[in-house]
Amino acid sequence: MCLAIPGKVEEILTEGDLRLGWVNFGGIRKRVCLDYVPEVVVGDYTIVHVGFALSKIDEETALQTLDDFRAMGVLDAELESEEEAFARAALAPQSPCPDGSCNSR
Amino acid sequence: MKYLTEFRNGEIAQRMAREIAAVTTRPWKIMEVCGGQTHSIIKNGIDQMLPAGIEMIHGPGCPVCVTPLELIDKALAIAAQPGVIFCSFGDMLRVPGTEGDLFQVKGAGGDVRVVYSPLDAVELAVKNPEKQVVFFGVGFETTAPANAMSVHVAKRRGLKNFSLLVSHVLVPPAISAILSAPGHKIDGFLLAGHVCSVMGYWEYPPLAAKYKVPLVVTGFEPLDLLDGIRRCVIQLEAGRHEVENAYERIVTFDGNQAAQKLLAEVFEVTDRAWRGIGVIPRSGWRLSAAYRDFDAEDRFHITGIHTEESPLCRSGDVLRGAIKPAECAAFGKECTPRHPLGATMVSSEGACAAYYNYGRFLSVEELASAGAALSK
Repeated sequence: MCLAIPGKVEEILTEGDLRLGWVNFGGIRKRVCLDYVPEVVVGDYTIVHVGFALSKIDEETALQTLDDFRAMGVLDAELESEEEAFARAALAPQSPCPDGSCNSR
Repeated sequence: MKYLTEFRNGEIAQRMAREIAAVTTRPWKIMEVCGGQTHSIIKNGIDQMLPAGIEMIHGPGCPVCVTPLELIDKALAIAAQPGVIFCSFGDMLRVPGTEGDLFQVKGAGGDVRVVYSPLDAVELAVKNPEKQVVFFGVGFETTAPANAMSVHVAKRRGLKNFSLLVSHVLVPPAISAILSAPGHKIDGFLLAGHVCSVMGYWEYPPLAAKYKVPLVVTGFEPLDLLDGIRRCVIQLEAGRHEVENAYERIVTFDGNQAAQKLLAEVFEVTDRAWRGIGVIPRSGWRLSAAYRDFDAEDRFHITGIHTEESPLCRSGDVLRGAIKPAECAAFGKECTPRHPLGATMVSSEGACAAYYNYGRFLSVEELASAGAALSK
C-alpha cells in the first residue's frame, strides 16, 4: 500500500472546504481529494494514493505506469472496493496468532 | 530471465542490465526501502538480471509489516468495542495481532470497515453521530497527507466522534538506524519514489554525507528500478556518495509543499516501535498537541496490552536486511502466507510473502551450491 496510481481528472467539484475530483484509473473511477495539487485541472493526470492526489504527471508517463502496474498485478489491490477487500481477506485463511493462543477459540 | 518478456521495453531493460554489469567491478549490496519496489523487483525478476555481485537487500519498506504488534492489538481491542466503527485500509485486515486479526473481529460482530480514503471514514462519522468512528492511520510519508487531512477536516467540522489510531513511520530515521547498526552491510540505498513525491529529497543529503552512502530516488517500474540501481552502482564504483534523483518525472527536491505544510501542523515527531526491529528514535509521527483530542489511544484508554512476538519468527532480521526470508528456519514451514508468524509474511508487499509467492525458497548460498551441483 505504498503505491500512488496515475489517473485522469475528469471532473472537479467543491464540497465544503475540500477540492475534490473524479479520477479515472484505467476504467475505475474514484472520488479523490485535490487539495494538495492546486495546479491540477480537468484533463490533467495525477498520481493518487489512498484517495489523495500527490503530484501532477504527464499523460505518457501516466499511461505507461498504469500499464506496468496492471502487469505487476498491483492495481486491483490499490483500487479494490470494501467488498473486494473483505473477499480477499476471506480467501487468505485464518492465521494462527504468534503465540497460538487464539487457535483454541 | 523468464520475467523479461512480461514487461514492455524488455530490450531496453536488458541493455540497462548489461550497462550495470559493465560498470560493476566488485560486489555491492543495495537496499530498497519500499514494499512496492520490493514487489516490483521480485515480480519482474530484476534481481536476477543483475550481475552476480550486485545484491538487492529488501529493507523495512512495508507499512503493514512494520506496524508494531502493540498497535495491532490496540486496534483489535478498539474494533471489538460496541458503538465503534473501526475503519482501515484493506491490507490491515489480516495482520495478526497477539489474538487474531481485524477480519476475525468483524466475524465476531465488530463493525470493521474498509475504506479507500481516510476521508470516507470522516464521512462515516458525519453520518453516524451516535457511533465512535476510528481510522487506523498507518503508513509512511506517502500515506500521511491523507491521514492528516482526515483529522484536519474532522477538527474543522467539530466532529467529536472521529479519532485516529496513528502508527506513522518515517524513512530517513529508518535508514539512519540501519546504517548505525554495527556490522551493517549496506553500500547504497534506493529511496522510495512516492515517499519523495510528498517529502521531496531535501532530508537526505545529510544522511549521504554522514554515512557516506549513495541515495538514489527511484521509481517502481522495471526500467525505473534498473536506472536507480545503475546510478547507485556508478556512484559506488566512483567512490561518490550523493543524493541523486532517478525519478524526475514525479519527484522534485522540495516535494509537495502543501502536503508538508499540513503534515507539520497535524503531526509531530515521536519515537516509534517497528515490528520486529524495535524502537527507532524519532522515527514516527503522532498527532500534535493541537490535534491530540483526536488520538484514539487517548480516547479509548486501552490498557493491559502485552505484546509477544513468535520466538521462531525472524522478521526483524529480514526487515533489517540481515537475512533473506528463506534463511529463516520457519520460512515455508511453520510460516506461510496462510499461517504467517510475522507481518513480513502477511502483506503481499511483505518481503517474506513476496519471496514465498514467487518461489524464492532458496538462500543465496543454497542457490550457489545448487548451481554448483547442477554444473557438475
